[in-house]
Amino acid sequence: MLQTPSQTVGPYFAYGLTPEQYLYDFKSLVGNQLVDPLNTPDAITITGRVFDGQGQPIADAMIELWDPANKRFGRFGTGTDPQNRFVFQATKPGSVDGQAPHFWVIVFMRGQLIHSYTRLYFADEADLNAADPLLNTVPTERRATLLAQKAPGGYTFDIFMQGDNETVFFEV
Amino acid sequence: MSQLIYNPFDREMHPPYLSPEYKSTLLRAPSQPLVVVKQSLSELSGPVFGDTNVGPLDHDLTKNARRNGEPLGERIVVHGKVTDENGRPVPFTLIEIWQANAAGRYVHKVDQHDAPLDPNFLGAGRVLTDAEGNYKFYTIKPGAYPWGNHHNAWRPNHIHFSLFGPNITTRLVTQMYFPGDPLLQYDPIFLGVPPKGRDLLISTFDLDITEPAFALGYRFDFVLRGSKATPFETV
Ligand SMILES: [Fe+2]
Repeated sequence: MLQTPSQTVGPYFAYGLTPEQYLYDFKSLVGNQLVDPLNTPDAITITGRVFDGQGQPIADAMIELWDPANKRFGRFGTGTDPQNRFVFQATKPGSVDGQAPHFWVIVFMRGQLIHSYTRLYFADEADLNAADPLLNTVPTERRATLLAQKAPGGYTFDIFMQGDNETVFFEV
Repeated sequence: MSQLIYNPFDREMHPPYLSPEYKSTLLRAPSQPLVVVKQSLSELSGPVFGDTNVGPLDHDLTKNARRNGEPLGERIVVHGKVTDENGRPVPFTLIEIWQANAAGRYVHKVDQHDAPLDPNFLGAGRVLTDAEGNYKFYTIKPGAYPWGNHHNAWRPNHIHFSLFGPNITTRLVTQMYFPGDPLLQYDPIFLGVPPKGRDLLISTFDLDITEPAFALGYRFDFVLRGSKATPFETV
């Protein structure tokens, strides 16, 4: 059987996929807290923006975060923060299959007919990153696009769809 | 010992990132080649949802947002099956649903189309497939709506869907269209799909599921990426 083709998430996903974040009267199944920060001493905040080919922050992207070590999932749209940031509460994942700690990041937006996958690694895990099998298949000069940078309370991770710093996207 | 490896996205079926007729792709399509992942436990896992995640009226968009009466428009029932490429059912997987109302207006605050909102219709729902991969939900047939892509651009009638499948490689967001819609031939989002895949996005009218004196029936099946067993590599 042939795979059902993908179509864009479009500009109007919010009341269906992230309703509570956008204050619609419908229950959200998934939010941006992979952990409850009040009950998780080692919780970190991950924030970032998604930039288009002209360097403008994208206000209608939806970001999904998958922690493969702890099997935790989150989702956030870039349309509610004044700076169009996405914000997640999580803990730093452990190692899976001997790989460096990472999240999978799935990116959806108007203007993408099929979603994109990238990985978020941690800039302060240099030794583990240097031994990561997937990171080692990425051209050296592009690896930095996959590294979240330490920030107060957590990490920042910006995603560039195009341009000199275009984020590495994967064929999973 | 063996492990499951999921087939890649079939690029003869899926639209490319860059599809210039759909203008928003121009600044948003990645330009560098994708880096191919050798699948591991990391990407062969994903979120799991269950009955407790789906509310009692989530599968009925004609009822889940009523304020003072019934939503306006043509009541429809949509059903189908979720399988993988090998024809194996995908049981207990989440399908999220969102759409415009009968007048072609979205509840979303960004939608400024000058068509009426319906106080009794939100246009959002969700359903879990059963043990055989089957699903069914009730809604109102969505209207066509204009958009700014080019002069006199109108989206054909469509319903948006989000599916998960067994892991993050099987994630799918797509749209279902209706048979015989004259707008399909002009829609760059639909036409972004390679010709071989287009028919798979068009539902079929189904008299057998049509409920007498109540709702017209449509069938729409989903096929997610399939897997095959491969021997474990010993390094
Ligand atoms: Fe739409």
